[in-house]
Amino acid sequence: MDLDALIGCLGSSACVVTQTTSGLIIGMLLFLVAVGLTLIFGVLKIVNFSHGAFYMFGAYFALTGYQLTGSFVVALLFGAIGAALIGLIFERVFISRVYGRDVLMQLLVCYAFVLIFDDTVKLIWGAEFKSMGMPEAFQVPPWFIAGGVVPPFYILLISVALAVAALLGIGLARSRLGKVIRAAAHNPDMVSALGINTALIYGSVFALGCALAGLAGALAAPVRSMTPGMGFSVLIESFIVTVIGGMGSILGALIGALLIGLIRSFGSLGFPLFTDGLMYLFMVIVLVARPTGLFGKDVA
Amino acid sequence: MSELNVENRAGAVPYVARPRRAAAIDVVAAVVAFAILAALPFLFDSKALLDFVIRCAAFGLFATSLNLLVGYTGLISFGHGMFFGLGAYGFGLLMQRANVSIPVAMVCTLAITAVAAVVIGAICVRLKEIYFAFVTLAFQMLIHSVILSWQSLTGGDQGLRGGIKRPVFWGIDLTNHVQLYIFSCALLVIGLLLMRQIAQSPFGYTLRMIRDNATRASFIGINVWRAKLTVFVLAALFASAGGMIMSLFVSGAYPEFAYWTISGEGIFINMLGGVTTFLGPMVGTVILLILNDTATRLTEHYGLVLGIVILFFALGLRKGLMDFAVDWYRAWRDKAKEQS
Repeated sequence: MDLDALIGCLGSSACVVTQTTSGLIIGMLLFLVAVGLTLIFGVLKIVNFSHGAFYMFGAYFALTGYQLTGSFVVALLFGAIGAALIGLIFERVFISRVYGRDVLMQLLVCYAFVLIFDDTVKLIWGAEFKSMGMPEAFQVPPWFIAGGVVPPFYILLISVALAVAALLGIGLARSRLGKVIRAAAHNPDMVSALGINTALIYGSVFALGCALAGLAGALAAPVRSMTPGMGFSVLIESFIVTVIGGMGSILGALIGALLIGLIRSFGSLGFPLFTDGLMYLFMVIVLVARPTGLFGKDVA
Repeated sequence: MSELNVENRAGAVPYVARPRRAAAIDVVAAVVAFAILAALPFLFDSKALLDFVIRCAAFGLFATSLNLLVGYTGLISFGHGMFFGLGAYGFGLLMQRANVSIPVAMVCTLAITAVAAVVIGAICVRLKEIYFAFVTLAFQMLIHSVILSWQSLTGGDQGLRGGIKRPVFWGIDLTNHVQLYIFSCALLVIGLLLMRQIAQSPFGYTLRMIRDNATRASFIGINVWRAKLTVFVLAALFASAGGMIMSLFVSGAYPEFAYWTISGEGIFINMLGGVTTFLGPMVGTVILLILNDTATRLTEHYGLVLGIVILFFALGLRKGLMDFAVDWYRAWRDKAKEQS
């Protein structure tokens, strides 16, 4: 424990800014993964235990895309679209067989794919650590805000995540497709009886969730190192985020992700070894007080 | 969901007062099983075989206790491995630091596990299905991070090192490999026998009723929360015993014993062997360990192999191996009846 470091940091605006931005980065990446998870759960009623693998795929596809073209935009597209395609195939071929079955069975199929996907990545890209490096456009001196160091790439990452959050929120609430998706989450039989192809809706929601995870992986590629199995810690953390925020709630995922991000970045100062522990402790406290999470409705 | 597939779950038959003979049969079966296991070292001169059976004993106790929750009560715990880890660390630490005899350390570890399970269970068992799974997982990870960060006590990510002393007690010397083996087998058989008695007792049938319809159970005056908490604590004790065997076997304890993957493997073992029979998890343990050992020996793409096997069970067979065997036996018996 190193409480002095934490208190010392809180006393200096530079340190607060630096820690807050790094907390926001963690939080925004988690949000992108968690919002896909929560969307899939809300509509398909499936807890996608293999969601972390799509984050991993996103990062690796982005790496390949970047190496092929040298453009970070292409890398982002590679990551998101690649993850979406794999997600679509995965949902149609495997997940669609376990709708409405035992939770245990669904978890097991996903668990099997966690193992399979990790090994597939190992086969294709190798088991060693990879890194993409910062794209040239962002190799510029960092900005200073109130004395704190803020790399421009962080700003991009945060704005992309916020834009996605806004688009999703507005899209689900206002657009026709959004309304169909919400109706399908509520009563799929009725939606299907009205002549809407629910299989298509399910497939596209799953693919969208995977695309968001892939996008997060691609955005993380310049700032994190890649290894097969990298999806797992992200998965556990985004579970915590969805559970804190409430399963099925987009706003909950955003608030939960930001809280976890800030806990991680400030907690790493005060409790360097117990940072993970703080997160689990926070989750336990939230769940004891509100079993359905901060913004969750009664589900399951 | 659970009402729909009642007939697929463990013993969905009305409770009939169990004849004393049935309990006697269990005891005889346990004695025979123990005699066969105890004879193995004298028939085969293979240390690898004994090691394998000791690991089966540790994981078998753990997986069977998890089945008390998953199969009998319908509580899908994703954090049951924390009690396995608690058993391993509690026992290892007591032996290293407190200088007590092995039986005393075991009893103390069980007491510590019981206290932890009462506290954690009291918080968790009131939650619904998916939240129960997550909160147990969160507690598991919390304990794992405590083990990692409390370096002065647990050795952090290095684990408990320096070996565990094994003073002779009651004429048993656990530094001797064969005696350790027989001791583990005895713990396994006693543990299984006790769990069998719990499962077949009126309390065991109360659990099945809670699993099938908790609302109805509470209507006829059953305190659902208390029954769930009781079985949560009982299952934790047996998981802790499994952890103690593991700790004796590796002469230490490692953070992986408290990591969530142990819980995941426990769930998987239950699916593999089947949750509808009492011995399903035991069969699952043996299969998983064989699978583990073969796959890691033959290929480095262990995950790929294991993943495909899981898929085969989950999507192909759709039930555990023992469920399959039981169904097959029933069909065969009915056919034989028709013919006669």
